[in-house]
Amino acid sequence: MFWSLIHRHLWRHKLRTFLTILGMAVAILAFMLLRSVVAAWYRGVDQASDNRLVTRHAVSLTFSLPLSYLPTLRQIPGVTAVTYSSWFGGVYIDDRNFFPRFVAGPGFLDMYPEYVLPPEQRQAYERERRACVVGRRLVEKYGWRLGDQVPLKGNIFPGDWSFVIRGIYRGEKPGTDESLLFFHFEYLNEYLKKTMPGRADRVGSFTLRIADPEQAAAISRLVDKEFRNSIAETRTETEKSFQLGFVAMTKALLGAIEVISVVVVLVILTVLANTMAMSVRERTAEYVVLKTLGFGAGHIGILVLGESLLLALAGGGLGVLLSFPSGRIFSHALGGLHDMVFPPALIVTGLLASLLVGVLAAIVPMLRVMTMSIASGLRRVG
Amino acid sequence: MSTPPESIVEIENLCKSYRRGDQVIPVLENISLSVPVGQFLALMGPSGSGKTTLLNIVAGLDRADSGRLVVAGTEIGGLGEVDLAAWRARTVGFIFQFYNLIPVLSAFENVELPLLLTPLSRHERRSHVALALDLVGLHQRRSHTPSQLSGGQQQRVAIARALVSDPTLIAADEPTGDLDKVSAEEVLELLARLNAEFGKTIIMVTHDPRAAARAGRVLNLDKGALIA
Ligand SMILES: Nc1ncnc2c1ncn2[C@@H]1O[C@H](COP(=O)(O)OP(=O)(O)OP(=O)(O)O)[C@@H](O)[C@H]1O
Ligand SMILES: [Mg+2]
Repeated sequence: MFWSLIHRHLWRHKLRTFLTILGMAVAILAFMLLRSVVAAWYRGVDQASDNRLVTRHAVSLTFSLPLSYLPTLRQIPGVTAVTYSSWFGGVYIDDRNFFPRFVAGPGFLDMYPEYVLPPEQRQAYERERRACVVGRRLVEKYGWRLGDQVPLKGNIFPGDWSFVIRGIYRGEKPGTDESLLFFHFEYLNEYLKKTMPGRADRVGSFTLRIADPEQAAAISRLVDKEFRNSIAETRTETEKSFQLGFVAMTKALLGAIEVISVVVVLVILTVLANTMAMSVRERTAEYVVLKTLGFGAGHIGILVLGESLLLALAGGGLGVLLSFPSGRIFSHALGGLHDMVFPPALIVTGLLASLLVGVLAAIVPMLRVMTMSIASGLRRVG
Repeated sequence: MSTPPESIVEIENLCKSYRRGDQVIPVLENISLSVPVGQFLALMGPSGSGKTTLLNIVAGLDRADSGRLVVAGTEIGGLGEVDLAAWRARTVGFIFQFYNLIPVLSAFENVELPLLLTPLSRHERRSHVALALDLVGLHQRRSHTPSQLSGGQQQRVAIARALVSDPTLIAADEPTGDLDKVSAEEVLELLARLNAEFGKTIIMVTHDPRAAARAGRVLNLDKGALIA
């Protein structure tokens, strides 16, 4: 009986029902997309390994460290491997083609096993000074193949650069960034020695592998103590907090996006609450009659709540479903280097938000009809 | 708790007033009334005299301020909301001036509504509904929705709904108030049959002297008091 009453009411006002569900779907879709963007930012952090430390200049990420720190770092107890890298920057064709490019020291691929490379490609890369490795996404986007040249116009390191693709890696896990380009530190360094000796033998940061993640804090302190009062003091932290540092820069923006995602849901909540108030008002007579016949406040409450939940969940479910194709379209429009992902937790959040909207929108009209006295209700409806 | 079987409604010194701001408006003053089982009672009186209020209180839709009120053996003033609703479902059938059918449900489903609160099986409900619709002569129209029925037909569906759960008392508030003469006649005929053939006690509020003429007893209410 409840079900047939609810669905016939909804069916009777097809346009209103359709528009309400559509509005709900669009709102939840927007919610999902916005949340997905925020989640993507934090994903790098989640992927960070907790047995890696990053040592960088104490003052700022933009300052470099002397390569001569390397042997000292290797001596630190608890450190099992050390590699280093620098941000290269540069421009590929024009500014719009942005993807991370950096210089990788020896042992880089051992340090980052999540960049998976076929052994023969890896050998080819190790053998050739001018070789580079690129992520699968870049290859898909630019149509590159092994052996192709990638010309880069230097900005941090001026000049016309060109690298040969000898390796194409894929990510070990779904969240791994597959849009990186890196090449040999030696290649850059030799060029610098000849042209700008002052900038040679310097690296952006060192990456340290440690045997025991529990020791991360202690080892970090040890490292920084080692270089206290030297020409460049260091700051060492886990890879996770290092990347959180990056995210922190955009924290305000992410916060704003999160707020907007909630506002979108609040907007649709007011819309649905209004729709529910309207349809319940229209149907006051019916609820009064049901009460007269002996139906209780609980029955009436279920009718109102059921209708609201049906609208909210149908719309919300649709929004969640639509987020997958929309995410693909968005990711394509934004350059195609990163997927918009909707992890199960986000899907659950989207559905819970819909559920909440359904419940909240129903509360006021529900209480109104549940507590309305029959005598005054009948008087109103004649 | 039990009252003599010959009396289905027993009212003593019933009072009811409404509050509008600081003002207390007395609507019913010291009403005492006894309705024997099987009576067809018509309540008449000028507009605003308290007819609807009295009917609603007797039928358990509204509460009295004071006085004793026993209906069908139950002191309904002492029932809580939930018990009162259950009592209503068992004991009273309602007929309103504007039919008050649920527009999205068919005639059949409208009549079935009161039975949904009973433990009857689907099959039993079906046969009860068929019987009730047959009685009001609308079995052919069972799948029509209210908007596909005339006013008189809608009121007959409402009567079927009122009697389907076999209540002891039927409360009708101006059941012919919105009908043309012919339809009104049909409805009154039906009520008279329910009273005569099935022994239902009927309390009917009406403005229509012709309707009142069908009743076995006519009471007049004026300014909240019964006048002989
Ligand atoms: N909820 C309420 N609040 C205030 N006054 C009320 C309320 N309900 C009814 N009244 C008043 O009680 C009085 C009796 O109303 P009632 O509806 O019982 O009259 P009635 O005899 O049925 O009139 P009618 O023939 O027009 O239907 C009227 O003066 C009405 O204004
Ligand atoms: Mg009235």
